[in-house]
Amino acid sequence: MAEIVLDKVTKKYGDGYEAVKSMDLEIADGEFMILVGPSGCGKSTALNMIAGLEDISEGELSIGGEVVNNRAPRDRDIAMVFQNYALYPHMTVRENMGFALKLAKVDGKEIDAKVEEAAATLDLTEHLDRKPANLSGGQRQRVAMGRAIVREPKAFLMDEPLSNLDAKLRVQMRTEVAELQDRLGTTTVYVTHDQTEAMTLGDRVAVMKSGVLQQVDSPGNLYNDPVNLFVAGFIGSPSMNFIHGQVNGGEVELPFATIPLNDDLKGAAGGDREVICGIRPEHFEDAELIGDHLGDGVTFEAKINLVESMGSELYAYFESGSEESGKVEEAASAAGLEALAGGDAGQVVTRLPPESKAKRGETLKFWVDPDRLLFFDPESGNRLKS
Amino acid sequence: METTARQKVLWTIGITLVLIFALLPVLWIISLSFKTPATITDQSFIPTEFSLDNYKSLFEGGISESPFIKPLINSLGIALITTFVSIVLASFAAYAIARLEFPGRSLMLGGALAIAMFPPISTVGPLFDMWRTLGLYDTWLGLIIPYLTFSLPLAIYTLVAFFREIPWDLEKAAQMDGATPFQAFRKVIVPLAAPGMFTAAILVFIFAWNDFLFAISLTSSDASRTVPAALAFFTGDSTFTQPTGSIAAAAVIVTVPIIFFVLLFQRRIVAGLTSGAVKG
Repeated sequence: MAEIVLDKVTKKYGDGYEAVKSMDLEIADGEFMILVGPSGCGKSTALNMIAGLEDISEGELSIGGEVVNNRAPRDRDIAMVFQNYALYPHMTVRENMGFALKLAKVDGKEIDAKVEEAAATLDLTEHLDRKPANLSGGQRQRVAMGRAIVREPKAFLMDEPLSNLDAKLRVQMRTEVAELQDRLGTTTVYVTHDQTEAMTLGDRVAVMKSGVLQQVDSPGNLYNDPVNLFVAGFIGSPSMNFIHGQVNGGEVELPFATIPLNDDLKGAAGGDREVICGIRPEHFEDAELIGDHLGDGVTFEAKINLVESMGSELYAYFESGSEESGKVEEAASAAGLEALAGGDAGQVVTRLPPESKAKRGETLKFWVDPDRLLFFDPESGNRLKS
Repeated sequence: METTARQKVLWTIGITLVLIFALLPVLWIISLSFKTPATITDQSFIPTEFSLDNYKSLFEGGISESPFIKPLINSLGIALITTFVSIVLASFAAYAIARLEFPGRSLMLGGALAIAMFPPISTVGPLFDMWRTLGLYDTWLGLIIPYLTFSLPLAIYTLVAFFREIPWDLEKAAQMDGATPFQAFRKVIVPLAAPGMFTAAILVFIFAWNDFLFAISLTSSDASRTVPAALAFFTGDSTFTQPTGSIAAAAVIVTVPIIFFVLLFQRRIVAGLTSGAVKG
């Protein structure tokens, strides 16, 4: 049990490349912290530095109040679960799980007892004497978890532990990991590139990009209150729509609608200016289905060019018709949102209830919630807040 | 691809031809070793008078008299020590080359290869002089050193290939489990690289066991003369008899350890030992 504190931790390679730039992060005792970001953002490097597998170039790392910069991994008392499990192929499941205790010269009987206890928790008892090669992917994953929990370490580090499983098993293991962490109450740092995993698992989520920590917050706050374009675009699926807009008086002029601003947004814009307006897909509605709330929002008509039915919901796409979508692309590209930078910036995606009559090629009357707009600075990509 | 009956027949014929070509001389030597001096030139493949005299004569007189026992001990000792030292040194070197980034890494591999390519004959003369000055002439160490020089590159090359196959994460996992770097090497990497170690060990052993050039040049007595060199000094029963039978018998005896080693280690050289370490 311990808190982990990163104080301006930096990883600089010999060629001058900075994989992690001055990272400040406090992970409380027993907290489940997720590090999330696209590949190459430095999240795994950060984890490896906590583990001690990579040296820390600058800054200070402390675990349980002690600075551990110069301690070898074996002296940090933390366990790690690897993406490819890294089970020892020449050892049985029992030996794999007991290896750390054996190295620590724990008494044989005690090792057996602890391994069997952990195996029972993870439903591995009947597999204890098999070799990893004879186990399924999910079982190997559990052995890797077992190897970590047997030691009762100060903290767990998990490096994309579920990414090698198939989709169904991943969801199941996700629940198991969350339950396990909850029951053990051990401080956990979990690295993933999957924002769904990040949103569902963690107490708090730290979003990273290009070695820089963007925002650390609860999943809900990340979703509703992102600090910049990158976080707004990275969290949520489908992604938030970014549309170029012009604030004029008390209104923002979007290519397809003019939306009156509430006091918060007026304050955020701070006068007449260009903005990038972010609207989540679910904040659009089919005007016909909105009923009593029709008057609370703004309606507009747009021609639908694609409908995707998910069964429980419908994604309808239309062209924003903006002549300034190049600016949005530029800003998205600068923010590191590759998908948008690719040229989809003119597309707006909306999430509608399945009852909607939206059809490809037809014009639909949309409704948009004016209170749920977010403004971003087109130059810096930062969120504009009052 | 399905094998047709025709393919099977052709394969069988081909394999049989290769086997005959490779094994006929061996069988001939075995046949010779069982013949008596009188029938040794009778040109019959199967001995007409079967006898074990050739084998007996090799061991007659015990260690002091026999021309064969001491060389056999020398051969075994020198080859085993060379193999052991070579594998230990090569596994450290190969591990460093496979795992660590250090300046001159490729130079080291290149250098090792260059040494392996170097014709041994050109080093024999200088070695003869140097060994006489240093007192290494006609000693076990005097043979072990050049054998190590020429077998290490081979062993390093083989082991580097095997170490590179082992996922690095296993080592990280061992370190996280509380292992020192040496413990991680010994308890995780070495067992996994065992097939490679055995392969390299066989190659080194065969090299040291078979060497004739260094053995004949750097030895002068039974103190360190190995079997291949000792064979050249065999004498017949009388001045006028050729020692053909004894040489054949000695040749058969020195072949046995090689076959034994290969069969013994072959069971350990099982591919796929590392399967299941990481996502399968």
